[in-house]
Amino acid sequence: MSDASVNTASQAPAAQTGDAGFGDFFALLKPRVMTLVVFTALVGLLAAPVAVHPVVGLAAILFIAVGGGAAGALNMWWEADIDAVMKRTAKRPIPAGKLSRDEAFGFGMTLAVFSVVMLWLATNALAAGILAFTIFFYVVIYTIGLKRWTPQNIVIGGAAGAFPPMIGWAAATGTVSIESVLMFALIFMWTPPHFWALALFMRGDYDTAGVPMLTVTHGRKSTRLHILVYTVLLAIMATGAAFTGIGGPVYLGVALVFNALFLRDAVAIWRRDEDQAEADNYRVEKRAFRLSLWYLFAHFTAILAEAALSGFGLGGWA
Amino acid sequence: MSFREEHELHKRRFGRNLGLGLVLAGFVALIFGLTVAKVTDDDFMVPTQQQEGK
Repeated sequence: MSDASVNTASQAPAAQTGDAGFGDFFALLKPRVMTLVVFTALVGLLAAPVAVHPVVGLAAILFIAVGGGAAGALNMWWEADIDAVMKRTAKRPIPAGKLSRDEAFGFGMTLAVFSVVMLWLATNALAAGILAFTIFFYVVIYTIGLKRWTPQNIVIGGAAGAFPPMIGWAAATGTVSIESVLMFALIFMWTPPHFWALALFMRGDYDTAGVPMLTVTHGRKSTRLHILVYTVLLAIMATGAAFTGIGGPVYLGVALVFNALFLRDAVAIWRRDEDQAEADNYRVEKRAFRLSLWYLFAHFTAILAEAALSGFGLGGWA
Repeated sequence: MSFREEHELHKRRFGRNLGLGLVLAGFVALIFGLTVAKVTDDDFMVPTQQQEGK
């Protein structure tokens, strides 16, 4: 590696390439996003009705996490110019000048291939295939394709974040079934209101970067309506899942509480206008965003609880 | 006593090398564990047994 290579990111300062610290490479993997990937993949793996050897399960989760991290690194490679102008992302390793884009690309591609091959060897071809498709979908379809030209970027791109439980399930069973599709659907439907709530109170960032978020292209009033509509659809789907193979009384209780709370916030967001939101510094929008994180965590914990209880003959409706 | 003052760059390189070393050691341990798990699995058959089974 050269000590003096030039950073090709148009907006980023010159990088001290070749001498980035371990933490800089780790930051490329988007560790916070990775926690969501690890947790949902783990639930998919453990909720499956097939016993998995603990070491195989650990390896599967690790390789899924590495694959997710690789997708994050390739996302940062492509979006270095956007990241440099957005306050939320300006401190990422490439815009901060700690890594060059070339390094991020090499790192991301290597880990992507490594994670898919290793998941294949550790579990099966289907799980590895879905992981490969997830990385492709996130990097090529979402990051390179959709994000910069359609306000539906979040809706379609949300699929990439929804695949991990399906990969975990496939790693355990070698199949795709209705249960894993339901877990996919839960994250897929949850993603738009989650990100649109964020877009409402991070208003300047997306405008500056020229990313066609719904708030920029259709206006903030329309975004508020979109959040409500998607939250209603999510609530129907998420509560309905209580009566399927992944659900049960525990899941139903959790779903009723969290969907009621999320709907309350979605209605409040819809009824507010910008003057009200600015007056209290987007209090409701920020609350809805934080709640959405707990919402997903609670639903997947409930799925896990139902699976654990089934081991004692208590899970589900049987 | 060191002959020359250690630069911040050296600390960063050491940290990266140490981190990479630990990751590689963890990977070796994982592959060893995976091998044991696969070989001790009830469904495991060596290639010659697989051929005989066909």
